Amino acid sequence: MTYGGGVAQVRLEHITKIFGEGAAAVTAVDDVSIAIDDHDFMILLGPSGCGKSTLLRIVAGLESPTHGEVFIGDTKVNDVAPKMRDVAMVFQSYALYPHKTVQANIEFPLKARGEPKPDRSAKAKTAAESLGLGAFLDRKPGQLSGGQRQRVALARAIVRQPAVFCMDEPLSNLDAKLRGETRAELVDLHHRLEATILYVTHDQVEAMTMGTHVAVMNEGQLQQIGTPQQVYSRPETVFVARFIGTPPMNVMPAGVFERSDALVGVRPEHLRVGADGMAATVRVVEQLGHETLLICDADGARVVVRQDADAAVPSPGSAVHLDAAELHRHRFDPVTERRLDQ
Amino acid sequence: MNRRVRELPVATAMLAPSALILGVFVVYPLVRAIQLGHLRCDATGKRCREGGWGQYIDVFRSNEFQHSLANTGRLALMTVPVGLALGIGLAVLADKQIRGIGFFRTVFSSTVATSVAVASLVWFVLLQPEVGVLPDLLHGLIPSLKQPGLLRDPGTALPAVALSSIWASLGFTFIVITAALQSIPRELYESALVDGAGGWMRFTNVTLPMLGPTILFTSVVLTTRAFQAYGEIALLTGGGPDPERPTQTVPYLIYGQNSLVKNDIGLKSSAAVLLFFVLLVLALVQFRGLDKRVHYAS
Amino acid sequence: MRVDTSPGTGLRGARKAGRYALLVLLAFVVLFPIYATLMQALKSGPDAIDHPKSLLPINLTLDTLRAAWRIGDLGRLLLNSIVVAVAVTAGVIVTSLLAAYAFAFVDFPGRGATFVVFLATLLVPAELTIVVNQRTIDSLGWFNSYQGLIVPLLATTFGTFLVRQVFLTVPKDLREAAALDGVGHFRFLLEVAAPLSRPTLGALGLFTFLGTWNQYLWPSTIITDDDHRTIQIGLERLKTGDIDKLNLVTAGTVIAALPIFIMLIIFQRQLVRGLTAGAVKG
Repeated sequence: MTYGGGVAQVRLEHITKIFGEGAAAVTAVDDVSIAIDDHDFMILLGPSGCGKSTLLRIVAGLESPTHGEVFIGDTKVNDVAPKMRDVAMVFQSYALYPHKTVQANIEFPLKARGEPKPDRSAKAKTAAESLGLGAFLDRKPGQLSGGQRQRVALARAIVRQPAVFCMDEPLSNLDAKLRGETRAELVDLHHRLEATILYVTHDQVEAMTMGTHVAVMNEGQLQQIGTPQQVYSRPETVFVARFIGTPPMNVMPAGVFERSDALVGVRPEHLRVGADGMAATVRVVEQLGHETLLICDADGARVVVRQDADAAVPSPGSAVHLDAAELHRHRFDPVTERRLDQ
Repeated sequence: MNRRVRELPVATAMLAPSALILGVFVVYPLVRAIQLGHLRCDATGKRCREGGWGQYIDVFRSNEFQHSLANTGRLALMTVPVGLALGIGLAVLADKQIRGIGFFRTVFSSTVATSVAVASLVWFVLLQPEVGVLPDLLHGLIPSLKQPGLLRDPGTALPAVALSSIWASLGFTFIVITAALQSIPRELYESALVDGAGGWMRFTNVTLPMLGPTILFTSVVLTTRAFQAYGEIALLTGGGPDPERPTQTVPYLIYGQNSLVKNDIGLKSSAAVLLFFVLLVLALVQFRGLDKRVHYAS
Repeated sequence: MRVDTSPGTGLRGARKAGRYALLVLLAFVVLFPIYATLMQALKSGPDAIDHPKSLLPINLTLDTLRAAWRIGDLGRLLLNSIVVAVAVTAGVIVTSLLAAYAFAFVDFPGRGATFVVFLATLLVPAELTIVVNQRTIDSLGWFNSYQGLIVPLLATTFGTFLVRQVFLTVPKDLREAAALDGVGHFRFLLEVAAPLSRPTLGALGLFTFLGTWNQYLWPSTIITDDDHRTIQIGLERLKTGDIDKLNLVTAGTVIAALPIFIMLIIFQRQLVRGLTAGAVKG
């Protein structure tokens, strides 16, 4: 199933969402603007409570923004009901109807639009088969495994051939192995359908491996938008620097790594144990087989160094010097926590 | 095994009070009533003669019993579907977090505070043509209603009783259905909404199926109440109006003021045991019938 | 792009107004009998004769309420109901706690079968047991007495079932740790299991009180004199057959219903918990 013609672009302009009133008011989303291109796989990434799910629900029409405008294509959809927006949503809990069979679940959106039974049936079967669910059409969700249920939720979304897919942490209820497999399948689905996807997650591995673009959010504010590579190699705030990458980037207080007033961030893999550089004491050595992590203490700051398995391993308690190439140093303003060389 | 046997004294001590009460006042009466059901006794209950087990069939087939059974069935048919529909309708209507909804929910639940006696007397007065407003109101809406008053007219007496009963049970049904509604995951509605389902479609595809077990439970309770109707009959119509006696239910046949079986404990037991079986069958039928359509979410 | 911008949400305002209108209408319908009864109860005697059907809140008086209280001896009736209801409630809580404990924490041979028999008694309706109970109470000489009203109701299977459900949620380790510390069954019941189940016990208590208070058939079977008459069966004596005096009936009804209305407003949550114990999860 491919989508032809028409630009399926989503634009969020200065979206703010405030819940509650007066003293109890909570600003879930604070002046966020994001443009999603046609066929884009845009990931909204951030810790829980950062506002990413709220933003997704605003696009789907389940919430209205307090301020700001939402566009799908060239149409402003702020006042358009969810069912008119041609957006399909996959919920974290899958939201499958427990009393309906898999087939009936997948057909439901088409039934809601008044499509006749034979058409619905055929489309549902095709969607189901494309996700490997052909054998389960007569079962009920209670009889399926978590991974299978997730696919039913997906099938129900794709059967509508919507302009935009909204997905709210669809993989978080799956075990690690299944998550890995399904990630690959989702990327494949994205290509096959040439779909526009807006995807919410707190898992940065998913963001890095699946998205064409990543929007990092924290406490309702947009921290940075870019390709996964951009967000990784040029984080624009300390938050993004620390959020992306495992183990996270070491962001050291001013003056500790080098003589300057800036916060300096260096990724663990870019730190080298050498003759000179920042003084640190090795506290814990973790040998993982394919690599070794040195957890060090530099003037009170916790610093992690990642090196190849076959490199020399200093023993715990020993004093070392850590250095990094200029290219790998990221400097941030200590007050605004924003990148200094914009 | 030995360990378990050692627990017997404690268990016995703890179960004794309940077992004693239930034994004397539930189990014994059940057994004894079945026994008595095939005897015919005089007013003192002392001199009984053997009527044979066929007595049960005779009582069941008797005009009085059949008549009462039919009345009770009619009452159930009037009160259960309407009561359910109203309860569900009100619960769905009040299931929105809009301002002041707490007040409306309290109002709709309020009839749960009424007892059979209170509710029946309230409606008794309401339905008296000399004092109550309803006869005039209804006469205005349906001119063909005669003036002697709803409770005194054999054609309208039972529906009037049904009206009072529906009102009295409304609070209960509302509370139970509202609680069940609140346990339906909101995401099912949101998913349906995003997929394009309108209000009615969401109701029939999400709300009703998910309410299945609760509807079954409420239906059984309401039906049982209808077949146990005694107080409302005693206070509203006394089983009348004579001679048709359209409001005589089975319990009233057994215990009512002018009960035919009042003084013959044998016949009385017979009728009571039969009522028990009717209730049992009804509950079973409902469980079977609705169970097919009821989904028990995993 | 199939974005349909036909008016979706402009309708939102109108729909909300419609909902409120419907709510108000239905609330009026449901409250009407209560309102009418209240108005009749607050109408003076002469007013009841001259304007029997008027429901306007004018010339309200407490006279009729006082008259009903006096004529119907409502004070005594209420007292009797309270005595019986309190006694039964206390009794049911105690017997349910004990029996539920046995079924939940005491592993004795035959537990499963005994529980099934217990449950089976739920099926037996009062209409059946009353036939024989009437004779039993008579032979005990308990006609027209508090004992007659109270004792048969002291144990209910529903209560045992409800409390057992709660007891089953108490983690097994708690019991095992206590056993290792030498805590016997009765102490565990008193100091751990019962306190942990307080909300459910509250619901059971409320439910039992209500049920006992509302009893009609059983009291009407064994009470014939005025000393032990309860409010439910006593109210009808206000029905003097005199049409002009019907407002006495409404006054009596108001007085009888008031305590329960107040009680339920205070204990709303327990009520819902008790009612839905069997319903929601099927």
